[in-house]
Amino acid sequence: MAFLAPGDRAGPGSVDGHTGLGLDGLGSTEPVVTKALGGGQTVLSVEDLVVRYGTAVALESVSLNVERGEMVALIGANGAGKTTLLNALSGMLVPSAGRISCSGKLAHVPEGRELFAELSVDDNLRLGAWKATSRDTSPIYALFPKLDKLAKRRAGGLSGGEQQMVAIGRALMARPDLLAIDELSQGLAPNIVQELSRHLIRLNLETGLSVLLVEQNARLALGLCRRAYVLDTGHVVREGLSSQLLDDASVQQAYLGGPLVS
Amino acid sequence: MSAFLQYLVTGVARGFLFALLATGFVVIHRVTKVVNFAQGAFAVLGGFIAYSLLRAGIPHGVSEVIAVLAAAAIGLLFGAVTILGNMSPIASLITTIGLAILSEAVAMIAWGTTPLTFSGIGGADIHVAGVYLPKQYLLLIGVSMVVLIVLWLVLDRTYIGKGMTACASNPYAAKLSGINVKRIGLLAFAIGGALGGLGGVLIMPLFPLTYDGDVSLAILGFAAAIVGGLPRPRARWWACLRDRRADGGGLLVAS
Repeated sequence: MAFLAPGDRAGPGSVDGHTGLGLDGLGSTEPVVTKALGGGQTVLSVEDLVVRYGTAVALESVSLNVERGEMVALIGANGAGKTTLLNALSGMLVPSAGRISCSGKLAHVPEGRELFAELSVDDNLRLGAWKATSRDTSPIYALFPKLDKLAKRRAGGLSGGEQQMVAIGRALMARPDLLAIDELSQGLAPNIVQELSRHLIRLNLETGLSVLLVEQNARLALGLCRRAYVLDTGHVVREGLSSQLLDDASVQQAYLGGPLVS
Repeated sequence: MSAFLQYLVTGVARGFLFALLATGFVVIHRVTKVVNFAQGAFAVLGGFIAYSLLRAGIPHGVSEVIAVLAAAAIGLLFGAVTILGNMSPIASLITTIGLAILSEAVAMIAWGTTPLTFSGIGGADIHVAGVYLPKQYLLLIGVSMVVLIVLWLVLDRTYIGKGMTACASNPYAAKLSGINVKRIGLLAFAIGGALGGLGGVLIMPLFPLTYDGDVSLAILGFAAAIVGGLPRPRARWWACLRDRRADGGGLLVAS
């Protein structure tokens, strides 16, 4: 097992994983990725991040930050660069320029769940802890009691909502300080989305976990999070408190299907 | 009847050889998506290394183990060449053919062109019900069975085995979970090399190998892997045995 000697591992999906995952590098300029000094209130800070796919610019000078214990939404249409941003944060692709500093561990729940379909629920969860010190899955089953009964089932055979729970649980097994979720509600019935949202809020309140929620359903995201960023074709076009963005005429027009009729 | 049993034993023994090669194929393919046509080279090089070690006076057992470890190292090297460069699947396939040709050239220069063999474990052969059973056949069957069962347990039950399955199932998610997918791919190549090498050292006392013997071994191992289904390792072993039994049956008819 010399291939898996401990000690040279970066955190799961964390920004310091760049060195290990740099093979997919798209940029030419080495981005500055640092771990911020501990004790600060900001868990994630992104400054002037640029990501290019060949000559196409996916993210152009994006800056955002997430405070410790905060839930922040990132909304935008298809192709706005939301998933690209998360992939850059988790080290799946190397930015061309800019700076990402994360004062803790970041775990990324990918779009479309991306479970290990032929493995059991329990195996999926345990694999989330590849670089963590503990593979104890009981906290996850405590959070999602539904999964406890499904522990031995093939992950690929579960319903969409259950799969999303496994995906979130797998990310939580890495014991992150910040959970970045890509499309929480994708393909799920409204009542399932509500159930997942409740779990997320509980997690945030009880453990102080910070959440960066990427969503196409802007109303859901703005309802869940205190603050939000609006991403459009690689730029942050609006940012502020969710309550303000809900009242913003251009946000209503573009993402909420017109002004609310009261 | 005794002729049938004779062919059955021979067929089963050869079936296990191809099961070893096919399992190497499948482990590498599942984890890395590379179709490794250098699989036969692991057997030839492993067998030849064991031959040289035995001739140098190193005892049985030790020689074979060193040869298998050397084959694993060769597998690791081939894996490094094939998967560390982000090649397309077809480019990596061609690369493995190139590596097979290269290893043939190396084997020819180092060991010559005559078929090589060495004596297997000694002692009298066993005769049961008119069936002639060289001990090497029993060794081939026994060792292969144990190795394949242990490998299956490791892949199916251990954390590292699940990590390998995760890489095969969803490399993107495996990477997100912090698994070093390339490193697991190298591990798969080392396992493939070891399995090929094991096949080589077990078969050489029964069938002398030449430097270019890897081609037929790779093709038969590949066929067994395809019949068994590349993605389904458990079904495959049975397919290997079934095929070789059929082969034995065919020989019986021919005789």
